[in-house]
Amino acid sequence: MVKPLTEEHKLLQKSAKDFVAEKLPVANLRKLRDEKSETGYDADLWREMVELGWASINIPEDFGGLGFGYQGLGLILEETGRELSASPLMSNVVLSTAVITEAASQSTKAELLGQIAGGETLIATAIDEGTHHDPMGITCKATATESGYRLDGSKNFVLDGHTADKIIVAARTSGESGDEDGISLFLLDKENKGLQVNRLHMVDSRNAARIILEGAEVGKDALIGEEGKAGPALNKALDIARICVAAEMLGATRKAFEMTIDWLKERKQFGVAIGTFQALQHRAAHMFSEIELCKAVVEEGLSAIDEDSDKLSLLASLAKARLGETLTLVSNEAVQLHGGIGVTDEHDIGLYLKRARVQEQTFGSSTFHQDRYATIKGY
Amino acid sequence: MQPEQFRGETRQWLEENCPESMRTPMPEDETIWGGRNQVFKNPDSKVWLDRMAAKGWTAPQWPKEYGGGGLNAMEAAILRQELGRIKARQPLMSFGIWMLGPALLEYASEEQKKHYLPQIIRGEIRWCQGYSEPGAGSDLAGLQTRAENKGDHYLVNGQKIWTSYANYSDWMFCLVRTDPDVPKHNGISFVLFDMQTAGVETRPIELISGSSPFCETFLTDVKVPKENLVGKEGTGWTIAKALLQHERTMIGGMGGPRQTVRDPSQIAEKYVGKKDGKLADDALRTKIARLEMDTHSFALTTEKFMREAKAGRPGPAASMFKYYGTEMNKRRMELMLEVMGTKALGWEGEGFAKGELDLTRTWLRSKGNSIEGGTTEVQLNIISKRVLGLPDGSKK
Repeated sequence: MVKPLTEEHKLLQKSAKDFVAEKLPVANLRKLRDEKSETGYDADLWREMVELGWASINIPEDFGGLGFGYQGLGLILEETGRELSASPLMSNVVLSTAVITEAASQSTKAELLGQIAGGETLIATAIDEGTHHDPMGITCKATATESGYRLDGSKNFVLDGHTADKIIVAARTSGESGDEDGISLFLLDKENKGLQVNRLHMVDSRNAARIILEGAEVGKDALIGEEGKAGPALNKALDIARICVAAEMLGATRKAFEMTIDWLKERKQFGVAIGTFQALQHRAAHMFSEIELCKAVVEEGLSAIDEDSDKLSLLASLAKARLGETLTLVSNEAVQLHGGIGVTDEHDIGLYLKRARVQEQTFGSSTFHQDRYATIKGY
Repeated sequence: MQPEQFRGETRQWLEENCPESMRTPMPEDETIWGGRNQVFKNPDSKVWLDRMAAKGWTAPQWPKEYGGGGLNAMEAAILRQELGRIKARQPLMSFGIWMLGPALLEYASEEQKKHYLPQIIRGEIRWCQGYSEPGAGSDLAGLQTRAENKGDHYLVNGQKIWTSYANYSDWMFCLVRTDPDVPKHNGISFVLFDMQTAGVETRPIELISGSSPFCETFLTDVKVPKENLVGKEGTGWTIAKALLQHERTMIGGMGGPRQTVRDPSQIAEKYVGKKDGKLADDALRTKIARLEMDTHSFALTTEKFMREAKAGRPGPAASMFKYYGTEMNKRRMELMLEVMGTKALGWEGEGFAKGELDLTRTWLRSKGNSIEGGTTEVQLNIISKRVLGLPDGSKK
């Protein structure tokens, strides 16, 4: 059940809103894009985010974090989502933290989570290989050697892959593509000789990479958790990440919607604001209704992570599919209702459209999650 | 001529006259728009254009007296089929043929028709359209570009926007306000002028797709000779609407450029895979089938319409084609994204095939289809009011 926001939550939300408005507005992403930034994010601003505690908010206190949970992190993600703020939050603080928390031994957690919380080391996680999200479809192979393992295969669409210091690679030590059994996690240093990381220039100007592993040698200590048993932990970590992406998408959806409402009030044709036309009013009212449902679904999902709910998977698929469909609707309508100005590069609304489709594909599309929801429900 | 005789002669003529390289897919940089700046990268493009123009087949249904093909609807359909059969390239892309020419045929003076139409057919003038303004989009009739009567010429001042390829065009057909003191629809005139006239400036607009097919056009003390007025002063709105019907059928996918349709069903196997002879993703398979059935139905409707069309312009039904065609195209592009997953989300650089990067841009470009040439909302209004005769709530 969703607990009401505490005073601390509200303070956190306010400080996140202020920080993002001042330092990480959508203009910041545009600037990184236009300057063809090598890193795709601003390292100084990232340090400030770390100082605000954003990198440790979801890490338990035992491991050097703030233990503030996902309800709190969700508030931050909604704010960064609103402004399409570029940072390693999703790859590092959300996905990798969740993977380590769910899969690693106590000592590995202590080491790696401490590094993430400190903001000094960026850790990316590489799961998908094909063009669509399919975490259990892993074919990337890890073969045991005398001193450890050798990894071969490739990974596609690795968030923040090219700026990470370390990469957690999900590989198969046994079984076949599609099996939950036989998946293992390995921590690779970016300097590993068998590892090749190439940045992908995505339509949303955010960071993703393609990774090629050719005889990448790692020691036994690179294995995170038990050999072949990482499947369930990986699924749970992904569910956490899916809900977090949904929180970010909620921010983007709401901002795109607000910009559109402002435009309907401002733009005049036929001597009146176009928002006076009932056909457009109804479309706006419809979007409002869809967004109200999105808010509830995201809140419920974030709480489910904090409460370690047995409905986590169901709620994760619910949130990702609903936000995916709503953001697709709102980003399309936002462009159309802006008219000509909406398809110019100069206007920000196009950046939301571009980001929306990348978010839709991140950790599973709406169709993927509709199918998964049905499977969980048993039909 | 009997249809089968016409088909036989056409087939033979095409066999003898369509160069081999003009039967291959057309690369972007070999697209022919004509006009004084046209460079023929492939010399066969020039041969093909000249031969087709000499037959009048760049404008198959225009009267022979102005250099057109003089074909009836049946013959024109046969010509399209035969061109399609050998996968012949479009010899000429032309707003002159798709939009302006039909309006000139209906409204221009005999002298103007004799002057402009043959040049349009031969691809000698590249035209752009001066319609929208920053404050006059859906409310096109609210346009403010002023044309003052100065005896033998008009003095034109104002700004146009969304002028397609204004920076590459030779001439503009332009809506101007000649009388600011009458109801807005009655004070508009339709004029033609050379883009090299003093006072015409263009500035490209960059779109979300990264391309710049449109411009802002600034008109400062542009002198337009009186003989370039089409129709009577103050009747521009009637001509504008007629021309828009041609533009809308074009954007809707009929009569305009033959488009290379990107078809999700053809690429789905590559990106999604097959299982038991069917696409591996059931939900996606159903969506693709639904789109393909709509596309098929729309193509049949287009053919039916062209078969039954009387000479002249399409009428308010053009709005249905514009609305349905562009919305369907947007759906098709969204479905391509679903099929291709992250491969359809690249912007540039390595890791994506050229076709994949093109698709990203085409998807983004498609968002403008339901805005340019009159938004979807405007088309739906026209269908409601002019086709269905529903009462107009804005007129109290």
